[in-house]
Amino acid sequence: MGKLSAVWRETNHRYRLVAHQCGNCKKMYFPPRDICPDCHRESIGKMKEKQLSGNGRIESFTIVHDAPSAFARQRPYVLALVKLDEGPILTAQIVDSDFSELEAGKKVRAVFRKIREDGKGGIIQYGYKFVLE
Amino acid sequence: MLLSEDVYIIGSGETKFGELWERSLRELAVEAGLRAIESAGIYSKDVQLLYGSNSLGGTINSQNDIGSLIADFSGIASNHIPAIRIEASSASGAAAVREAYLGIKSGEYDCVMVGAVEKMTDLYGTEMLDHMGTLLDREWEAFFGGTPAAMAALSARKYMLDFKVPKEKLLSISVNDHNNASMNPDAQYRNKITMEAAMESTMVAEPLNMMDCSPMSDGAAALVLCSGSFMRKRKLEGVKIMSSAISQDFLALHSRRSIYTMDSTVLAARTAFEKAGLKQKDISFAEIHNSYSIYGMTALEDLGFAEKGRARDVIDAGIGLADPLPINPSGGLKAKGNPIGAVGVGQFVEAVSQISGKAGQRQVKDARIGLLHNVAGTGSTSIVHIVGGA
Amino acid sequence: MSGIVSYGSYIPKYRIKPDEIARVWGEDADSIRTGINILSKSVPSPDEDVATISVEAARNAVRRGKVNAGDIGAIYVGSESHPYAVKPTATIVASAIGADFSLFSADYEFACKAGTAGMQNVKAMVDSGMIKLGMAIGADTSQGAPGDALEYSASAGGTAMILGKENVIAEINSTLSVTSDTPDFWRREGQPYPTHGERFTGEPAYFRHTINASKMLMERMGTKPSDYTYAVFHQPNGKFPTRAAKTLGFSEQQFKDGLLTPVIGNTYSGSMMTGLSAILDKAAPSDRILAVSFGSGAGSDAFDITVTKNIEKMDRESAPTIKKMLSDVKWLDYAIYAKFKKKIIVGDAVE
Repeated sequence: MGKLSAVWRETNHRYRLVAHQCGNCKKMYFPPRDICPDCHRESIGKMKEKQLSGNGRIESFTIVHDAPSAFARQRPYVLALVKLDEGPILTAQIVDSDFSELEAGKKVRAVFRKIREDGKGGIIQYGYKFVLE
Repeated sequence: MLLSEDVYIIGSGETKFGELWERSLRELAVEAGLRAIESAGIYSKDVQLLYGSNSLGGTINSQNDIGSLIADFSGIASNHIPAIRIEASSASGAAAVREAYLGIKSGEYDCVMVGAVEKMTDLYGTEMLDHMGTLLDREWEAFFGGTPAAMAALSARKYMLDFKVPKEKLLSISVNDHNNASMNPDAQYRNKITMEAAMESTMVAEPLNMMDCSPMSDGAAALVLCSGSFMRKRKLEGVKIMSSAISQDFLALHSRRSIYTMDSTVLAARTAFEKAGLKQKDISFAEIHNSYSIYGMTALEDLGFAEKGRARDVIDAGIGLADPLPINPSGGLKAKGNPIGAVGVGQFVEAVSQISGKAGQRQVKDARIGLLHNVAGTGSTSIVHIVGGA
Repeated sequence: MSGIVSYGSYIPKYRIKPDEIARVWGEDADSIRTGINILSKSVPSPDEDVATISVEAARNAVRRGKVNAGDIGAIYVGSESHPYAVKPTATIVASAIGADFSLFSADYEFACKAGTAGMQNVKAMVDSGMIKLGMAIGADTSQGAPGDALEYSASAGGTAMILGKENVIAEINSTLSVTSDTPDFWRREGQPYPTHGERFTGEPAYFRHTINASKMLMERMGTKPSDYTYAVFHQPNGKFPTRAAKTLGFSEQQFKDGLLTPVIGNTYSGSMMTGLSAILDKAAPSDRILAVSFGSGAGSDAFDITVTKNIEKMDRESAPTIKKMLSDVKWLDYAIYAKFKKKIIVGDAVE
């Protein structure tokens, strides 16, 4: 238990892929950040929430065999770097695919899935994963 | 401005790296520290400042304030010198050495000790991997199933694809590590491995298998650093730190400019060479941060020994002890071992052995100048030191 | 008149055949196929539950109807496999689609008719002016004990319906329900699998409620089976709804498009609503639909629906159609199925 607030405060970002856009240079950031690394001071107070489409392409992927406890029952699972159409790259699982179907450059889209569970009695943490388009 | 002091390593020591079931965190630290003090030929009362280097004590061992712990059990608590912990993930070791170096350079201290320790094997299996996730961006990498090996694998797949590099090239660094470690009594794995066996080892995070990955290790390493004037006054001998450079990058791999170039390493290396007034060809041997084989490849490029995508040329030219560029004479992170917070200091211990000609069977011929490369996680911090010379 | 403004469904990609289940338990797959007309059933991934299925269905409905999620005033999720015993699924859906903080919401449970009960509730709220738009979801990852007859049919899927008064694609002309205390099927608190009354689930339960609700609604509306283009019923297997339809006087032409259980199994709270979703995928203006759910325990909700011209303006392909979800599948063997459904005990391992 514990960490409830840490999970809860990321809900919008993890459930709906809400990014931050720099009001100065218009660059999109996911995960969200409060200061644009390009515009620095000019971006402060100008980072606006922006909904991402959830569409992107596989930048790279791996099939993870040696898994942390929260993912032990899922192994082997696919972890990927996904480059979203709006620009940001994020780290997420790709599900519902045979490993042989995976390839860098292939189109993927975001889906809503369980990410991890806090044991049988704890909270269920949901968020984005991706499937091949 | 006053001319700052040169900084020398006058003492070094380490424990064996490996699964040291009977040894505790504090015992390991004390063992390495004593060896360093003895080899320096000074007394503990000469030490004016202690930096403890450790990364995962708070999570694995539920122990923080490692600086005080080391000072206390080294029996120097009543000396009341400052003793604090330096943490920079797997680059904690070199970060602590650098802070000690700066402390002496500043003129504030003459004699500083670095004690680095990691006790990893008190946890194992999936639980250990939960803690390894703290080396990444916990909320946006580890939360979604990222592990250090998985992140390295993401870099490896793209690297192998873009530069058409076969898996064997990555593993040749591991094979070389095991070969060198077979001659290092402090190494965790002293067995030589064949390329065939390396290729067939158990998958960890495809395309990386067990032989691409450094192990979980216990171990400690310690150094005594001092100013040139202190060394001359005490009539001691030492190895000079010719330059120290550090650079930082985005914490998460997905935020970086490139997933197979560590900009932090590129910049740290450039600065380290400039400050030392040296070129890559001047390096007699390099200890590189190959926590995963792919990082060994990209290190050769990012440190300036090869163009991007051409680390294979360095490997083909030879990275053995008698080859043009001996890599990881100690056995490296793969075979000597990777006690996270101590590994960077362990590289200095090897460098001192090599430069003072005491490396035994694995002695690199004419080892004059060593390059030491220590990286945090997937490349968020890189630290490069060049040691030796006149 | 109020009615359906948009709709969206979600069926997990994985499937298992009765042959594979029968092989493990030493039963005759042919008799399952012919006896209860189950050819395959959907299986949720280990990372799917009623919340994720509901969210996917809800997002499909929002996308297809070009609805602003902030305009949705109520969300009700009907299921008998909510991921939490206490803590609503509806809140997860609301957050995941970006609904407003000012929102009516709750989870419903009435065996397989909790989703349609939600539709009735939302319709009443729209009609009364409490809300402009409301969403009702029926979804389940239903449980069947290993070796039990239910294991062949208990599947996963769900459908979301957005109801309102403007841009209605299918008007709900009328709805009624029947209710009686009939213990044909239940699951006690804390029990992993439900218990059922075998043959008792037929006549006194499914047929009595489904057929009476259908007849009562047709009587109220002054209609007869031939007035309907389509009829769709709750479908615990392939056999029951077929028999109910025929008893009422519907032809195969009328009920075949809404009959999905033979290929996806029984999605429980999602069952009738997903059949209705398949009909809406192909329906034309002025098509009339009789839609009747059944929930064990027991009761039925009946709906008389007329498709409007607005359906022609809707880009129905803008969200996955049922046909598309039926064509894109991955087959499982029993071992992987057992792992997916967490039927293998692994000490105290965190799942």
